Amino acid sequence: MKVLRAREWAFPIAPVRREVRRATPEVDEGKPPVLFVPGFGHGAWVFAEHWLEHTADRGFPAYAVSLRGHGDSAKAPKATLRAYAHDVAQVAASLPRRAVIVGHGAGALVAAHALARYPARAAVLLSPVFGGAGTALRNPMLSLPALFGGGLRLPAGQLFSRELPTSASRGYAARLGRASTRAQWQLLRGRAPQPPVGDPPVLVVGSPDDRIVSDTALRRVARGYGGAPLLFPGMGHDLMLDTRWREPIDAILDWLEKSA
Amino acid sequence: MTYSAGYGDPESGGPATAWRDGWPVYDRSGTVCVIGAGPSGLTAMKNLKEQGFGVDCYERDTSVGGAWNWRHDRSPVYASTHLISSKPFSQFPDFPMPDSWPDYPKHSQVLEYLEHYADHFDLKPHIWFGTEVVKVEPAEGERWDVTTRSTGGYGGERIHRYAAVVIANGHNWSPKRPEYEGLEDFRGEVIHAAQFKDAAQLRNKKVLVIGAGNTGCDIAVEAAQQAARCWHSTRRGYWYTPKYTLGRPADQVNDLMLWLKLPLRARQFLAHRTLKSTVGDLTRFGLPQPDHKIYETHTIVNSQLIYYLGHGAVSPVPDVARFHRNSVELKGGEVIEPDLVVLATGYHPSFDFIDGNLLGVDAHGRPRLAMHAFPKRQPTLAVAGLLQPDSGLFPLVHWQMVAFARMLRVREAAPAKAVAVQRKLEAELDRRWITAKVKDSTRHWFEISHTTYLKAIQRLLDELSLEGAK
Ligand SMILES: Cc1cc2nc3c(=O)[nH]c(=O)nc-3n(C[C@H](O)[C@H](O)[C@H](O)COP(=O)(O)OP(=O)(O)OC[C@H]3O[C@@H](n4cnc5c(N)ncnc54)[C@H](O)[C@@H]3O)c2cc1C
Ligand SMILES: NC(=O)c1ccc[n+]([C@@H]2O[C@H](COP(=O)([O-])OP(=O)(O)OC[C@H]3O[C@@H](n4cnc5c(N)ncnc54)[C@H](OP(=O)(O)O)[C@@H]3O)[C@@H](O)[C@H]2O)c1
Repeated sequence: MKVLRAREWAFPIAPVRREVRRATPEVDEGKPPVLFVPGFGHGAWVFAEHWLEHTADRGFPAYAVSLRGHGDSAKAPKATLRAYAHDVAQVAASLPRRAVIVGHGAGALVAAHALARYPARAAVLLSPVFGGAGTALRNPMLSLPALFGGGLRLPAGQLFSRELPTSASRGYAARLGRASTRAQWQLLRGRAPQPPVGDPPVLVVGSPDDRIVSDTALRRVARGYGGAPLLFPGMGHDLMLDTRWREPIDAILDWLEKSA
Repeated sequence: MTYSAGYGDPESGGPATAWRDGWPVYDRSGTVCVIGAGPSGLTAMKNLKEQGFGVDCYERDTSVGGAWNWRHDRSPVYASTHLISSKPFSQFPDFPMPDSWPDYPKHSQVLEYLEHYADHFDLKPHIWFGTEVVKVEPAEGERWDVTTRSTGGYGGERIHRYAAVVIANGHNWSPKRPEYEGLEDFRGEVIHAAQFKDAAQLRNKKVLVIGAGNTGCDIAVEAAQQAARCWHSTRRGYWYTPKYTLGRPADQVNDLMLWLKLPLRARQFLAHRTLKSTVGDLTRFGLPQPDHKIYETHTIVNSQLIYYLGHGAVSPVPDVARFHRNSVELKGGEVIEPDLVVLATGYHPSFDFIDGNLLGVDAHGRPRLAMHAFPKRQPTLAVAGLLQPDSGLFPLVHWQMVAFARMLRVREAAPAKAVAVQRKLEAELDRRWITAKVKDSTRHWFEISHTTYLKAIQRLLDELSLEGAK
């Protein structure tokens, strides 16, 4: 736990306009709010597609934030990982009750950084891309351009399973944006996040057939949080947009009902 | 209402399990008692809860927020108060203030923030409002008997037994009133800053403000705009830091220098240079030359005082010599005729519900505490927020309470280790947490540098780490 943060205090993150999508349960059953954090190139819309409503239907107030420079949040071509984590902590702290944070892809790494700055009630890391050399080696064609300032390339074939109709996957892929060059660099450098504050239970979820996150990488992240990943074979990297989107979110909410 | 530990809730009583002087004592088992629901008490509760403790908090007022609830009778805050520490230093380190708020939020925003903190972490169900702690006494097994009654003394007293106690009663509500010859015969109005709430109190009056802490300077600025006349009496010269230097909040510039690991002397040199080139030579306004270097007295953060001195709307005067029936005589012989005197001379800490020996309280009412928080030989007792930092208080008291909660945990899990840590703390009972040589005054005994203090907390937290201990 790092107590002295002179650098962070001397250079606070600049405020930006942030897009937050929400779905509210019909009756407040006192369940904790769930905040979804999309990965690089993705906006809050990826969760608004199916998961937000579904989460609310099961009684959890549901929110999704677009990290700066993504979705309908303000542009931020120079954003750092710290700025993204700041976006998450800002939204989490604004909610009426202590929130659960669910991060996807590189958004899971952003969430992990945010967990060191906000005591979440629980956290879920979905198909986590924690960066480092492993990420780059597994996906050289995707990551190489990033090293030269281009976007991390996310072709539809890498993100979704074959079950998803091509028209849908093309539509989704067309909506993808990109993270800032600096944040991509930081992702590839792969500095480990500080440990979470408040000791939240952490669940890691993924698919052995994810073409961006290897099974080993998935297990390594889960082990780091003292557990094993919950697996959904046959699904692509973007679990929340895939045809079988209902299975992982139901499993996550079941887990939340038990542990948070 | 649910309690994670303990049985019998404080209201209905449950079974009395012990007796004290003929009164029943209700045992709250492993629960920790927190006195006060100001910022310090709230963060104590949140961090104790987070580490698995049950908590009961007693608050003599009817809502949370402590000093920041400016409508409370005892609140030292006035209508125009804005923070002097910018946001990064004024928020709990794990609960950021909204991005949409300004660098220096207003007191009502601070209160809103504290209310939100209490709701977010579900603290209110643990707080007994309108309930005052009147006695805290040791019980066997390093536990504590806490006597409470409803504020104002209606109804009977009740005693509950707790595993530990956090004293978070604040230190800015009991006015420090200097004595002056002739004061009782003075015909004008004399109030302490604690009674100053609103600029309307100054309108069209001839006002003398005594004291140049942050309160005195704020009130002098208000008087410059509202009063018919304003004298500002100070007994020494000070450094008046503006809220912004080099285009950023001044405390952020200071931390930039700290991050660059500039030693104190270099920081003092740079700060003196910056002040010289912005604020300039204050003796031109008739103010005395500071008798100390910057950072050697509690920082005054005020951009407006110099501005109003420049307008002639504030007249600086020396210390008060004595009061007459219709006038005030200053040191040096000048006589002025104010109709309102505001004593902005600060506050005393007060712990009237506990035997001073337990806190090592000296003749001046100052407790002797390791890191200004942990009393000698009382491992289950802590004082929260008794600090005068060169930055905001909230991060510091947060970490104090993280450390105390951990200490209690370690006592259960690894008692020998807890004893060793406690010994180490006690060895530094008189240590000061500031590198600058602070000016001797009634108010600087608990002045700290946030960096020095947080480094010490970091060390303490690392020592208390349970990894490998189990
Ligand atoms: C005008 C002014 C401006 C300030 N500006 C800043 C700033 O910019 N930044 C900063 O960090 N700090 C500032 N401070 C310091 C301020 O004191 C702290 O921010 C903070 O309020 C201290 O919190 P606390 O919880 O320790 O004490 P308090 O806020 O005083 O709260 C103590 C609580 O305990 C309760 N209590 C006391 N005794 C009992 C009892 N026997 N039984 C039950 N309840 C009890 C009180 O009712 C109160 O609610 C300022 C102070 C003043 C006066
Ligand atoms: N805007 C804000 O955020 C804000 C506003 C007000 C206060 N605060 C905080 O609240 C706390 C209390 O501040 P405060 O200004 O009320 O009190 P303070 O800091 O204790 O200042 C008291 C002032 O009165 C003087 N004084 C004390 N006794 C005196 C005496 N007998 N005769 C003449 N002068 C005397 C002191 O002089 P010496 O220098 O000789 O000690 C000092 O100038 C501080 O932590 C402060 O930072 C913050």
